[in-house]
Amino acid sequence: MIAIVDYGLGNPESVKNMLRKAGADACITADHDQIAAADKIILPGVGAFGIGMENLRNAQLDQLLKLRTEAGVKLLGICLGAQLLTEFSEENKCDGLGLIAAETLKFNALPAPLKVPHMGWSEIEVLQTHPLFEGTSQNQRYYFVHSYFMRCKHPENILCLANYGEPFAAGIAKGNVAGVQFHPEKSHVFGLALMKNFIAW
Amino acid sequence: MSQRPRILPILTMEGRKLVKTVRFADPKYIGDPINALKIFNDKMVDEIIVLDISASREQRKPNFEYLHEMASECFSPLGYGGGIQTLDDAKRVFACGVEKVILNTVVNDKPELISEIANIYGSQSVVVSIDVKKTLLHGERAYVRSGTKRIAASIVDWAKSLEDRGAGELMVHRIDRDGTFSGLDRVLTSNIAHAVNIPVIAAGGAASVHDMLSTIVECGASAAAAGSIFVYRGGNTQSILISYPTPADILP
Repeated sequence: MIAIVDYGLGNPESVKNMLRKAGADACITADHDQIAAADKIILPGVGAFGIGMENLRNAQLDQLLKLRTEAGVKLLGICLGAQLLTEFSEENKCDGLGLIAAETLKFNALPAPLKVPHMGWSEIEVLQTHPLFEGTSQNQRYYFVHSYFMRCKHPENILCLANYGEPFAAGIAKGNVAGVQFHPEKSHVFGLALMKNFIAW
Repeated sequence: MSQRPRILPILTMEGRKLVKTVRFADPKYIGDPINALKIFNDKMVDEIIVLDISASREQRKPNFEYLHEMASECFSPLGYGGGIQTLDDAKRVFACGVEKVILNTVVNDKPELISEIANIYGSQSVVVSIDVKKTLLHGERAYVRSGTKRIAASIVDWAKSLEDRGAGELMVHRIDRDGTFSGLDRVLTSNIAHAVNIPVIAAGGAASVHDMLSTIVECGASAAAAGSIFVYRGGNTQSILISYPTPADILP
């Protein structure tokens, strides 16, 4: 069973829907026992960083996610859920879960006609061999919607890059924890392949 | 570099029927919305807009149950508009598996709803539709309530006020070109796209995919949306055919 963490933000229903298409059982839950029993965890998310962290803390899910990932459970963060894995975000000047040495920064001074948020489809460049991108094609594209981006402190944590004015980390990973800035659940066959890889990871 | 343009089909519904209008009127029955949605998904659509055009008119809520059914067939981003009047309505729409709410009528009566939604779900999840038509006495003006209630402010001022309120995206929808294949309004699109810092979707009257792409590139829009060209075969409103360009056709 895959637990999709419900902390009151974002689109857990879409994530569950794509997992179903990919052939996995998933539940949307904030229940500690259910999350602790899950084989894998997805931290979805669309919304503001500050509220996201506050909701996680209020439900003591921050501690639970740290414990489970320390125990080796695979965790995938999506969009805000990926940013929450970082140590700090400029959005709401707020500390994150700190599971990956990275920070979340605002897009600034983008060349015209680029606007914030970065909204739409972008191709990614996969930088390292990783189970999440096993067998995926070279020109895979994904749907992005974000005003902030992740910057890793250590290059070895960058899974893949996308470009919006400048290259940024579209995916980050450390051990059994990974995060993607884009929305695999809304990225057709490309997202489906990634979700299948997550299930098999 | 430029962002890859987004080409969006608009599915207009009345209840559970897929319809297509001309100038926001004369809805013609096209078929089953879920069937159309599935076809667009098979064609790897960039994003889909679903508008329930009878909800506000009949002063009813969105059909959440049906929306949930639609969203479960959609593996691309999905925006929904029609009948959203409160924060709770918006929450229920998001809970169906929809990424963006599209507001129109309510933003005139209750503009604070924009920021209420944006504060929780992020501004990228709030699209406001600016429905525009030319009037005899007032020139071009924005309208709400399916094009029946005029906004006093100039269109550009209206657009800026919506951005200030927290809208994450604006859909400039030309009512008097809807369903006419006469081409998107480039002047209006350009005026608004250059007046705001948020993405703008050009809609209403698209003549072809080429028209959509060139409007995006030349007018500073981020996306273009269309109904008729994606549900009728070759501009013939007697012949229904769901179509969508291939990825190669929409490369910038």
